[in-house]
Amino acid sequence: MDDNTGPSRRPTLGDRRKERIDALATAGTVVDEPGKSLLRSAWERLRRDPVFLVGAAITLVFVVLAIISPWIAPWDVTANPLIDKVRPQSNPVPGPEPGHLLGADDRGRDLFSRLLVGSRQTLVVGVFATLLGLLGGITLGALAGAIGGFVDTVVMRIVDVMLSFPALLLAFTIASLAREPSQWTLIIAIATTQVPIFARLLRGSMLAQRSSDHVLAARSLGVRPRAIVFRHMLPNAMGPVIVQATLSLATAIIEAAALSFLGLGNPDQRQPEWGQMLGLAQRYISEAPHLAFYPAGCIIVVALGFTLMGESLREALDPKSRR
Amino acid sequence: MTQATQHSSRPGAGSSEPLLSVRDLRVTFQRQGEEEFHAVDGVSFDVRPGQTVGLVGESGCGKSVTSLAIMGLLPGRGNRVSGSAIFDGEDLLTLSPSAMRDRRGSEIAMIFQDPLSSLNPVISIGRQVTEVMERHQGLSRKQATPKAADLLERVGIPDPKARLLNYPHQLSGGMRQRALIAMALACNPRLLIADEPTTALDVTIQAQILALLKELVVDTGTALVMITHDLGVVAGLCDEVNVLYGGKVVERGGRHGLFRDPRHPYTVGLLNSIPRLDAARGDKLSPVPGSVADNLPWTAACAFAPRCSNAIDPCTAETPQWEGDQVVGFRCFNPMGGTR
Repeated sequence: MDDNTGPSRRPTLGDRRKERIDALATAGTVVDEPGKSLLRSAWERLRRDPVFLVGAAITLVFVVLAIISPWIAPWDVTANPLIDKVRPQSNPVPGPEPGHLLGADDRGRDLFSRLLVGSRQTLVVGVFATLLGLLGGITLGALAGAIGGFVDTVVMRIVDVMLSFPALLLAFTIASLAREPSQWTLIIAIATTQVPIFARLLRGSMLAQRSSDHVLAARSLGVRPRAIVFRHMLPNAMGPVIVQATLSLATAIIEAAALSFLGLGNPDQRQPEWGQMLGLAQRYISEAPHLAFYPAGCIIVVALGFTLMGESLREALDPKSRR
Repeated sequence: MTQATQHSSRPGAGSSEPLLSVRDLRVTFQRQGEEEFHAVDGVSFDVRPGQTVGLVGESGCGKSVTSLAIMGLLPGRGNRVSGSAIFDGEDLLTLSPSAMRDRRGSEIAMIFQDPLSSLNPVISIGRQVTEVMERHQGLSRKQATPKAADLLERVGIPDPKARLLNYPHQLSGGMRQRALIAMALACNPRLLIADEPTTALDVTIQAQILALLKELVVDTGTALVMITHDLGVVAGLCDEVNVLYGGKVVERGGRHGLFRDPRHPYTVGLLNSIPRLDAARGDKLSPVPGSVADNLPWTAACAFAPRCSNAIDPCTAETPQWEGDQVVGFRCFNPMGGTR
């Protein structure tokens, strides 16, 4: 390793091996700054993960669109500018034309505008259902995992009963109990199907925490039970629940669409929603498949975005893949 | 359990009134449909202020269970604790859970074996140290933070102010154990129980941690119960040693007396199984044969008899009684060595 660094010299096997080892060594060096928590280092990994970036980009685009859609939608979703071109016999669904990117639906309403504005309802239902499910699940799971004993048994049997119904069937049953369907019946119905999943997950990881060394060490220092639960057990047990929540967003959106497709969602067509649009499109599925194609595609892409995000989050938070 | 109560010619330093007095401690584990298991079977020992007492024995001899029972940290179900552990005039075993909580961390603290898993991974070191002071001394986090930095400095952590912001995974093993020691010492406890504090560390760090413990114990006058399987640790640190086997104390003595003149064959076996640099080349180590699993029940035999090279007939016929007092003694029908 002295003067043979000329440009003409071909790298020997030894050189290349060294390079590889050097590369490995630098790759293995963890950049540790004071105050970098596990969450922060997970975030550092996520920032470089292409899967996460794609998922986050998709999600971000749809969230931004949902927020600004009422202002950027070219047409009012309740107006029917193309109603004159609707011919129930020959041309039930007017096709694209200047000013109407995707054409109109069977009532002459601008399809593109309705798709845009429809993202609002869909995302709102998905997010609120997941949040509500999280709230219920965390409460039940933390209760069962922290108190244990009789409370644990009772809570977990209830959870088992809820889990034994197929999710969609349970949501369907609850949604049909409502006197008049609205987006809130959707949200509550879907949240109910998510509660047992979160509860079970959190309870399991709370139990693992309860018998962990650091909880024993905290107890040996006289830390009060409430602080043990909220400071030492819950934060450590939340990882899998957060990941599941991200994945559940996708499920919730799909379930919401399924329920509205079945007519259990908000029937008010002044508030478009992708599942509702899908449901309305089935009458024209042979003449105008694009009516179903666009909302279905949107649902798939959004669900994909959340799933990609959740999967990479799971990997980043997994202690086994750390370092 | 006949124990003479003599307090004379006691080895080690400290005043004469014991700080912690454990008497006939028994811990029985009971699982449904299984036979009872006596993890700790009538252990008695004293710890005086400023004294370092060792509990020595191999895995499964009941030393960790003893410490957890004293701390009131055994899991609530499936076990039964009897006997007494008088600390400062109160029996720790009969205190209410909340009264016990008030004493843990402030009067009695504990250091555990595995420093990484004993720290909360999602909270900074500083927060974990201040938590103890907030809990027991009623300080605000702001008031406790400079004290925490002082503590970290005292246990030999360089750049303590920056380390306060670190998370456990960012510290080395030795640093983590130092941080745990800082947490245990945060409220100046009068008794510190160290449960194999050096087992998870490499040898150089072990020596550092032991030196640190020794220094802190001397500086603060804290009594220390050192739980270990390593007689080397005992030799360097403890004033008094209790050798445990099968949940009973089989031999007790001052460290000098015990190492010079071990009486119980198990103690002899433990001493012989330490590798020595001054042994002749080619000399084989002589480990204690068998394992704890070969134990006989103490009820009608000496539990160590199946593994004992010195066993005689009564060893498998009746329980050996304690010969000696609170300070030195052994439990054996056929002891080794001369008279003490």
